[in-house]
Amino acid sequence: MLILTRKIDESIILNEDIKISIVEITNDCVKIGIEAPKNVKIYRSEVLEAIKQENMSAKIQPKVLPKLQN
Amino acid sequence: MEIKTKELGLVNIDEKQIIFFPEGILGMEDYKNFALLDANNPPYFFLQSLDDSNLMWVLISPEFFRKDYTLDVQESELFELGLQAGVDTELIVFSIVHFAPMNNLIYANLQAPIVINKAKSLGRQCVSVNPKWKLRHNILEELKKTEGDL
Repeated sequence: MLILTRKIDESIILNEDIKISIVEITNDCVKIGIEAPKNVKIYRSEVLEAIKQENMSAKIQPKVLPKLQN
Repeated sequence: MEIKTKELGLVNIDEKQIIFFPEGILGMEDYKNFALLDANNPPYFFLQSLDDSNLMWVLISPEFFRKDYTLDVQESELFELGLQAGVDTELIVFSIVHFAPMNNLIYANLQAPIVINKAKSLGRQCVSVNPKWKLRHNILEELKKTEGDL
């Protein structure tokens, strides 16, 4: 992994068109700004991880599905 | 064509029921070909993998228990479903249902909806950017709340 040190208001560029800026630093929290083309998908890692786990739990199905309405 | 399914055995489907998920389902990215089946048990549908007959999820329309559901996702995700700016495209939105037999609860995932562009037979699991929509909504609780509002 490449590790860079940045100060507040500094940024890095990925490829030619993605800019990641350090907007605010407080205690153990960093606020990051991302400028990217409209086709770029941006996710919080732990959100994706939680969805993957939920998908895994949901795919095991009982033989008989309960009814929700009469 | 005839396909093998987990819950319904051999089922005859129309080609229109086949949906391609270019990026699979989160956590199961290698499985990209699915059929959308009527579960014969309303309000459920099945998302049956065509790559592995044992892989299947149950789907429900979020509107069934949350009339106020909104699809709040990144524009980039909708581009991948073939949407173009200025062109109206009908999207079908489902939630994955999670049956938890241990405590007899039925959850629906409103945070990561299954979104389908029927005209292009393309599907994708999107990620809501609205914190109101969670991984687990208790469907029966939500229905009770709705009744309370009437």
